[in-house]
Amino acid sequence: MLSVSGLHLWRGDRHVLRGVSFAANPGQCVLLTGKNGAGKTTLLRAIAGLLDPEEGEVSWRGAPARKTRDEFHGELAYLGHEPPLKGDLSARENLRFSIGIRRDVTREEIDAALARTGATDFADRSTRMLSAGQRRRVALAGVLLSGAVLWLLDEPTTNLDADGQRLVASLIEEQIARGGIVVAAVHHELTLSAGEVVGLDLGVA
Amino acid sequence: MNWTWFHRLGSPPHVYGFATRWTPWFGGAAAIAIVVALFGGLVLAPEDYQQKDAFRMVYVHAPSAWLSLMAYSTMAVAAAVGLIWRMKVAHSVAAACAPIGAWFTVAALGTGMLWGKPMWGTYWVWDPRLTSELLLLFLYFGYMGLRAAIEDPQKADKASAVLAIVGVVNVPIIKFSVTWWNSLHQEATVMRMGKPTMNFDMLWPLLLMFLGFALYFAAVVLIRLRAELLRRERGASWVREVLA
Amino acid sequence: MKTGAVAVARLVAARDLRLAFRKPSQLLQPLLFFMIVATLFPLTLSPELSRLRDAAPGVLWIGALLSSLLALEFLFRDDAQDGTLEQFALSGQSLTWMLFAKTCTHWLLSGLPLASSAPIAALALGVPGEALWSMVASLALGSFALSLLGAIAAGLTLGARRGGVLLSLLTLPLSVPVLVFGADATQRAIDGAAIAPPMYMLGAIAVLGVTLAPLAAAAAVRIGLE
Repeated sequence: MLSVSGLHLWRGDRHVLRGVSFAANPGQCVLLTGKNGAGKTTLLRAIAGLLDPEEGEVSWRGAPARKTRDEFHGELAYLGHEPPLKGDLSARENLRFSIGIRRDVTREEIDAALARTGATDFADRSTRMLSAGQRRRVALAGVLLSGAVLWLLDEPTTNLDADGQRLVASLIEEQIARGGIVVAAVHHELTLSAGEVVGLDLGVA
Repeated sequence: MNWTWFHRLGSPPHVYGFATRWTPWFGGAAAIAIVVALFGGLVLAPEDYQQKDAFRMVYVHAPSAWLSLMAYSTMAVAAAVGLIWRMKVAHSVAAACAPIGAWFTVAALGTGMLWGKPMWGTYWVWDPRLTSELLLLFLYFGYMGLRAAIEDPQKADKASAVLAIVGVVNVPIIKFSVTWWNSLHQEATVMRMGKPTMNFDMLWPLLLMFLGFALYFAAVVLIRLRAELLRRERGASWVREVLA
Repeated sequence: MKTGAVAVARLVAARDLRLAFRKPSQLLQPLLFFMIVATLFPLTLSPELSRLRDAAPGVLWIGALLSSLLALEFLFRDDAQDGTLEQFALSGQSLTWMLFAKTCTHWLLSGLPLASSAPIAALALGVPGEALWSMVASLALGSFALSLLGAIAAGLTLGARRGGVLLSLLTLPLSVPVLVFGADATQRAIDGAAIAPPMYMLGAIAVLGVTLAPLAAAAAVRIGLE
């Protein structure tokens, strides 16, 4: 359903993506591995459409993602290095606005998602006051709430404790079980006990 | 429809070859046109009834002013082509246009000021045409400033392309507003830089000079384009072959 | 269910309003700046009201322009840093529309307060009381056009180092028409003449800005996110 074919991308002089191709279908999780600078983040951003590859194509449901950008983005949740949170707003407010612009979301849904990611205790504090791990939990609640089919996660376990890492694994497992697709760049070990996992090694820089 | 010509337009080695072949022709034609026009304008043309010999400044001033606008439009068109058809070479053309256009603007301003001294008794008056020209210079500076401030070349290409298009939409509006502004303060102008009524003896060198400047512009764009292509494609195999 | 366009605009505006009221100093700074600039002119020019009145349109409009440039810094910078713009770009909603909503909110928080507080500065510069309403109207309309124009430049400088000065360098020449018609409208208001002709021009620029600026700003922001 998601297919990436022959992506080439330069950043200035550097040839970062050298013909990356893969496909992912519902129920699959693609784990991107590779050294620092191998292009994991670049690949995720190119799939999301934030970067414009010089060659190659990302297609979604058989159509080029670039052509059907808004529909594609409607089904996509992207979580980058930094959780996209407004420091002056609470976790609840952040989610109400950021998910609200995508779909109608109720207070109960937000509470449920925050509970699922273990963020209920600090849901009303402004996110500036939260630790990096707590902020990530809030961001994960956002990914969960988006209702997206395709999750693009860049180092989702960064800053999380052991309990949090298990949380990420089980969130991914649930997403796959629902028939979703997850593409995650992983640096730390991430073991999934269920679901079909495809590894993709981008190698060295 | 046959699109090969379009694809070839997008291929740096092809464009490089084209530029190399055509630069001397454009340059040579420009030199001939400018020399003949200078002779026509400075020697053959009769002096102006009112402005005497000072009017001869028009032969450099007017073509520079025209070219400064033409260079900006060319830059914007190239930028749009680069943005819409994702053609890298077009972005290089736009990048090559900017400094030359800025120099034409400087030339138009400089000669305008020199012309102003005998006409108005001062180097600078807020004449609408000079003022628009000055604003155009600022637009060029903005474009080059943005290009220089963004490190990633692809990103710089695209961002400056958007700016060039926004600028070209704005140029007529700026021009119009400056004319409006000038009409409010008519009394401030001692004497408008009147269009000298030109007879044919005066006109043909001007038109020829314009052609010469346009050819010169084309030649310099091609030279800069070659340099730009070599710099950008320095890793490519065709560059190594060309330089070998 | 996917959020409708109106609800999206409302949410974008609501978030920015809430953030602004949590940090009121950011709102007040450009206003204060405008007041100080207006104060400096009598100190450098002359305390004579008749002379100040001659300079008033220029002082008010250049003050407004510089102050709006200052406020422009806040338009996208924070949102680019904390990932909000990225979220917008990936939300599946029209980025053009969201940036338009954002720009309008920005004007509500910067241009409108500026126009409404301008009478204080204007009175101090010897502008007659009858001229104030027309002046406020022209500043309100003009600052709206400046916000739209500035949104493009703010988007373009996202990817640049040393964005601040560059932002001014890009915006200032483009804002000449707004400045010319705005100052003319204010001058006419002071002279007691009809302000309609320059106001039509300001209106036309604002309409053109509404149609084109958000598109250009969206293109600029997408490039800036790369």
